[in-house]
Amino acid sequence: MYYSLYYLVSGPLVWVAFALFFGGIIYRLVSMARLARKKDIVVYEYMSPYYALRSILHWIVPFGSVNMRKRPVMTIVTFSFHLCLLALPIFLFAHVMLVKESWNVSWLTLPDGAADLMTLIVIGACAFFLIRRLVVPEAKFLTSPSDYLILAIVAAPFITGFWTYHQLIGFKAATILHILSGEIMLAAIPFTRLSHMIFFPFTRGYMGSEFGAIRHAQDW
Amino acid sequence: MSTHQENTVPQKERKIIVDPGVDMGMAKLTPEKIEKTIKAVLDTEAGARFKTYLETCVHCGLCSDSCHYFLSHDRDPTFSPAAKLKQTIWEIAKNGGKVDADFLRRAVEIAHSECNLCRRCSMYCPFGIDMAYMVMFVRRIVHKLGLTPANMQDTAHSHSATYNQMWVKEDEWIDALHWQEDEAREEFPGLRIPIEKEGADIFYSVIGPEPKFRAQLIYQAAAILHTSGVSWTMPATPGWDNSDMCMFTGDHEMMGRLKRAHFDTAMRLKVKRIVMGECGHAFRSVYDMGNRWLGYKMPPIPVTHAVEFYHELFEQGKIKVKSKFKKPVTFQDPCNISRGLGLHEKAREVVRATCETFIEMVPNREHNYCCAAGGGVINCGPPYKFKRVEGNRVKADQLKTVMEKGARVVIAPCHNCHGGIEDILHSYGIDMEIKFLGDIIYEVMEKPGQE
Repeated sequence: MYYSLYYLVSGPLVWVAFALFFGGIIYRLVSMARLARKKDIVVYEYMSPYYALRSILHWIVPFGSVNMRKRPVMTIVTFSFHLCLLALPIFLFAHVMLVKESWNVSWLTLPDGAADLMTLIVIGACAFFLIRRLVVPEAKFLTSPSDYLILAIVAAPFITGFWTYHQLIGFKAATILHILSGEIMLAAIPFTRLSHMIFFPFTRGYMGSEFGAIRHAQDW
Repeated sequence: MSTHQENTVPQKERKIIVDPGVDMGMAKLTPEKIEKTIKAVLDTEAGARFKTYLETCVHCGLCSDSCHYFLSHDRDPTFSPAAKLKQTIWEIAKNGGKVDADFLRRAVEIAHSECNLCRRCSMYCPFGIDMAYMVMFVRRIVHKLGLTPANMQDTAHSHSATYNQMWVKEDEWIDALHWQEDEAREEFPGLRIPIEKEGADIFYSVIGPEPKFRAQLIYQAAAILHTSGVSWTMPATPGWDNSDMCMFTGDHEMMGRLKRAHFDTAMRLKVKRIVMGECGHAFRSVYDMGNRWLGYKMPPIPVTHAVEFYHELFEQGKIKVKSKFKKPVTFQDPCNISRGLGLHEKAREVVRATCETFIEMVPNREHNYCCAAGGGVINCGPPYKFKRVEGNRVKADQLKTVMEKGARVVIAPCHNCHGGIEDILHSYGIDMEIKFLGDIIYEVMEKPGQE
């Protein structure tokens, strides 16, 4: 029973998850691009690579914008969160091992101690976001159940991953949950608000183009 | 008589301002009409931007600190930019147009008196979501439903009937020009306001209220243009008004007609460019919204804002300063000129060239706060005045701080800023004057025939 579950999540479901992830991203981008060509031609007319990049750079460097400087704690938490979130799945030794065993390719990996710390940072940040939504009035007003759901979707792989790696009690079940929750997160990215990952360069780039190229002003 | 509203009473418990325009429009609507109209607008006009802005907002609330309404209402979460969208367009999009009368009344009030479309929030949102665009969507829907606040709708009617904002008739316009020319010739013998002069370099355009309420600005502009020796003209026909309330009510069709009239007038007069007086939203209409509705990527004829024009005149030495303005001044960055046009540095150069003591308010430049009058909000008229003034305590604080540092005069190159800041100065008891950049230049410049 256990092993059939294991083979399910580590076999076919991996393909499903990655298909939904990559396919979903392409689908979202292409359909948005088509919709823009049909109804928002201004986006094509005014998007300027230079000004788009200028704005994007100011917003992916910590403290690059006025609002980031006004909220240093939020800035540090969100930047560490996103960095660790992206780096861990790709450079974790355990993950790279799985890839090597399957396809005989590998790449550089994180030392386990660093990986542990980064996992705790992600989990800590998720706790920070949760508390923030419950406590900070301007965030609370905007929050709906779906916000808690996507937070759970993102936190789950990291909590279960930590649990699995350290072989805490019940780690065998945690392994299944980890793989499954990772797959759920991948599949959810293109189809939920987690898609901000793929749309950020476009919304930021467009605002940067409008502000920079048309209005000769800075949007950070 | 506006209803008094507490600073921290949650949105749901606040009393809605009674507006005859909204009432009359509401009486004509049925749930079926509402749903059908909203669906039609969303189908034809909501595209990738609308969808992306709706879906990419992660509900973080980081936009809150940007908004003068949020800050002035002691951080009431219902006034944050994203919250304003949640209470209006998010709900409309989610329900596919099935919204009731109470909801619509709140949506009208939020969209027309709780947001100035100043775009400060897009500088605070990590994604650069264009919240002003989304609020304008609400206004578009409101316009199509016939629920625009009465006073603002009246200006839109005036635009439709007379092509200007203030019901100025064709002969009244010419009379105003002749009158100001007569007055000005006492101080500047030989001054002319050339009307319908084909082939002039510049078509100087003004906003609707000028011939009616601020005629002295025409005098001053004529004085500056005359002294600088540039070749200019003004039209005798409708198309002289560069203002555009239709842009703010969501009446895009009329906005298009207005700008076409304005551009056509310039082209009929065969001028090289349009120089427009110190107005903020007019520039947005010419440079950003009106031209795009007509299909022009950029305006078909170059348009220069007064601030940039003054800068040119100083750089080219066509205007010289006799003696600088003595009273310490500060500078209000109108939204459409700083965030909207990047003219904040040139404006400061002109201020420094004409004034002895310049004290900056903080924050400034692109990050300066809106006056709360723009975006059509002051045009909603007296029922909304209290709310508008109450919603900009941060501007009052800014002005008080700069007054304590010694500033006596606020320079604001925008008509809406004048209305907004005047109301704030009076309501909060701040003893400062407000002036246009043209006022200062006229006062300090060397006039021909004077030593």
